[in-house]
Amino acid sequence: MLELIEGYYAYFFLILLFLIGLYGMMIKRNLMKKIFGMSIVQTSVILFWITSAFKENATVTVFDPGIGLENPDLYLNPLPHTLMLTAIVVAVVTLGVSFALIIAIYRNYGTLDEPRLLERTR
Amino acid sequence: MKTPSGSPIIQVAARGLVPVIQIIGLYVFFHGHYSPGGGFQGGVLLAASILLARLSLGTEVSQLLFPARKTIIFSALGALIFAGTGLAALLAGGHFLNYEFLPLPGLEPAELRNWGILIIESGVTLTVMTSLIAIYDEIIGC
Amino acid sequence: MAAAAGLPPRGDLHAPAHLLVNPAGAPVAGAYYIQHAYKHAGTPNIVTVVLADYRGFDTLGETLVVFTGAISVLFILRRRRP
Repeated sequence: MLELIEGYYAYFFLILLFLIGLYGMMIKRNLMKKIFGMSIVQTSVILFWITSAFKENATVTVFDPGIGLENPDLYLNPLPHTLMLTAIVVAVVTLGVSFALIIAIYRNYGTLDEPRLLERTR
Repeated sequence: MKTPSGSPIIQVAARGLVPVIQIIGLYVFFHGHYSPGGGFQGGVLLAASILLARLSLGTEVSQLLFPARKTIIFSALGALIFAGTGLAALLAGGHFLNYEFLPLPGLEPAELRNWGILIIESGVTLTVMTSLIAIYDEIIGC
Repeated sequence: MAAAAGLPPRGDLHAPAHLLVNPAGAPVAGAYYIQHAYKHAGTPNIVTVVLADYRGFDTLGETLVVFTGAISVLFILRRRRP
């Protein structure tokens, strides 16, 4: 049981974070809060990938002459770090575009509440 | 905000902080080969310095720091630097974005890759910085 | 929760993504990058080499995404001239 908690506690917290974000996206009525939920989901997925890159007793992925390159167990896995670096920047731009859309919606309809918005678009 | 902040504390702090953040951004960008850092992080730091000036000193003054109507042009220029490096390698006989074939004389293939990485990182920095400033400028409406 | 129990535990050195050679006999990307990045590019930071060199096309597409985002925000919010 202790081994299970020690090896998997990060995954449990990340699933909890993912579910919080999903709850925000599905239940909340304000469009702004939906976008916060989307951001939380993105964060949980990014942290999940970073967790999968972790190795015991390893160092950061910068070449150290004192360690050498022969044994890849001494460096963290660089591939998830790289992919998530791309994903973070795309997430920031996605946030910017969605905020712009929300500002355009608020200028046209004067509200961000979803049922009221559906009423006014009718 | 559109008008400068009335508090002298914010004004003085922003005036002092903006160059420091810019220097840290340039350091992170140029030191990305040897430590954590690189194009995206440096670009975001440079954008943060200019957005701090926009927020505290007012949009009128901070236009002198980086004009709002030139952001999209610089953003396109950054993407063009990136794609142009790839095309130069393609025209010099290699694959697309294969920096071994860049037409720079007198360098080993490993050094050539080193310089190719630096060139495309500068393009990425320019694009990220100016795009973030452009997004903020359109949201604030200046 | 049940799916998380099937994943390799955190920090496990024998996870499939961290092996040198995968069960089918081909080299795994992460270990290959660690062993060859400094030799190929002369740059100590392995993440930078993977980002800009081995996977440069990804980064090009990502830069174009940033540029497209800026242009789309400009077209959404730019007020029409009176």
